[in-house]
Amino acid sequence: MARVYKLGDGVSTDTIMPGRYNVTTDRDALRRGCLIEARPAFVETVRPGDVIVAGRNFGCGSSREHAPLAIKQNGIAAVIAASFARIFYRNAVNIGLPVIRCEELADAVDDGDAVVVDTRSGVIEARGQMFRGEPPSGVALQIMEAGSLLDLIKSRGWKSLEESHVS
Amino acid sequence: MGTLTEEIFSRRLGRHVAAGDTVVADVDCALAHDVTGPLAIEAFRQLDSPVWDASRVVFTFDHVMPANTVAAAELHRTIREFCAEHGVTNVFAEGICHQVLVEKGFAQPGGIIVGADSHSTTYGALGCFATGLGSTDIGVVFATGRTWFRVPETIRVEVNGEPRIGVYAKDVALHVIRRLGADGADYCAVEWAGDTVAAMGMDERLTLCNLSVDFGAKAGLIEPDGVTRAYAGDTVGDVHPRDADYAITLAVDAASIRPQVSVHPAIDNVRNIDDVAGTPLDEVFIGSCTNGRLSDLALAASLLFGRQVDPRTRTVIVPSSRKVYLDALEAGYIETFVRAGALVLNPGCGPCLGRQHGVVASGENVLSTSNRNYPGRMGSPDARIFLASPAVAAASALCGAITDPARVV
Repeated sequence: MARVYKLGDGVSTDTIMPGRYNVTTDRDALRRGCLIEARPAFVETVRPGDVIVAGRNFGCGSSREHAPLAIKQNGIAAVIAASFARIFYRNAVNIGLPVIRCEELADAVDDGDAVVVDTRSGVIEARGQMFRGEPPSGVALQIMEAGSLLDLIKSRGWKSLEESHVS
Repeated sequence: MGTLTEEIFSRRLGRHVAAGDTVVADVDCALAHDVTGPLAIEAFRQLDSPVWDASRVVFTFDHVMPANTVAAAELHRTIREFCAEHGVTNVFAEGICHQVLVEKGFAQPGGIIVGADSHSTTYGALGCFATGLGSTDIGVVFATGRTWFRVPETIRVEVNGEPRIGVYAKDVALHVIRRLGADGADYCAVEWAGDTVAAMGMDERLTLCNLSVDFGAKAGLIEPDGVTRAYAGDTVGDVHPRDADYAITLAVDAASIRPQVSVHPAIDNVRNIDDVAGTPLDEVFIGSCTNGRLSDLALAASLLFGRQVDPRTRTVIVPSSRKVYLDALEAGYIETFVRAGALVLNPGCGPCLGRQHGVVASGENVLSTSNRNYPGRMGSPDARIFLASPAVAAASALCGAITDPARVV
């Protein structure tokens, strides 16, 4: 069972990983900086496999990849949001952090709720209900299946994407 | 046929592409800076590949320059070592990436530019497709010269009419953000058009395209015209939208816009200045990739000349580049600022991200000409950040409170 860390609408990368804490590439420093001001207890209480559930425009603002990295370093199994800001979504996929779009979930669950999330299908079970979220598709799915963008490029270069998706 | 974005991608791919298509395209230039660069270098190194074209890679030291901590200095050293190893000579410590890249001529009409910074949309003011990516994407571009794009739908914003005195590109953009919301252009490109945009100089156009990402846009673009050629040179290529289908066309009457202020804690919480006038300010910041260019400093200087900023309000002014700094020196603006009691800092991102000088305390109010007012952006998460034009900022610095510039002129 995953536990829910619930956040609101418009959570920016400045909230996930404040600019004052990301002047580093050290993964443990990034882990400790995750949500440090918005949810100071997060890094102390989070357990591997927990999920973040949020509202609209999650990850808006800066392109800093430190934000999804910080979330991943804390062992979060998936971020489920009503919608994602473009760069955050792409960055999360690139580093293999599962992201699922689901309009209804944030309104249906509370902080600490137990949920079951299938990151492949996007199906989420919460409060005895099933929610059909939207996992990555197209190029993003290919990257997730490879593990990360670097894994995909290392094994196949751009070729597979050109062949399968270029219309 | 197509939008400016579709035309640019069609030309690059050598075949017709339309919104919704996924393409892998060569880029003209890839940028990273002192905070996103080291992660991009890390990603690049994992690919065990040479740099695709060192002349097309640009690094800037701007977000924490000069370094204020050992950690920042270490990031700078990582970049210097990488550039020395791979023959990258486009390494600049003379201002904000988005200003320097444009000044150095990397942005050209019809081009495609990617940067490891969300405000890379700025370059679209020259009629190129420019977007922000994360560090891993940029590291892969360093190795391959290419990346994948989903060609976006386009929102066309038609701005017509003569803006009132005291209303600038910043106010137009904040007005549009107010109408569309912080995610109103998510996954879309925005084409800025209309008489008002045609009458704007390059500085104001850069402001519009810079702020495009702050309502979610993947790119902000302006069709190249005489202003573009005067800035980038007569020899630059041309590209135009032709019989395009737009997702939305938004009509904006510039004459109806009052000076706009975006109120903490969200960019789309925008008010007319009358609603927030009188709010006391502890700090005013004039600068950033949005509004730190010469015309912005000229505007501020015209209001601050021969006057004193309110002693209750720390006023921090940061030219966006060394060129802007020198031009402002020559024009006398810097002396005006210093005599007015403002603090003039070295070109760079300045207080915008709360990483270096100008950090704000809890409970303080700061008015900034930058682009973001998320909680904690400029320091304490309990500070309140207001965003407005350089005219509002300068007028407010004089009065120690948010002030309509029309009251000071």
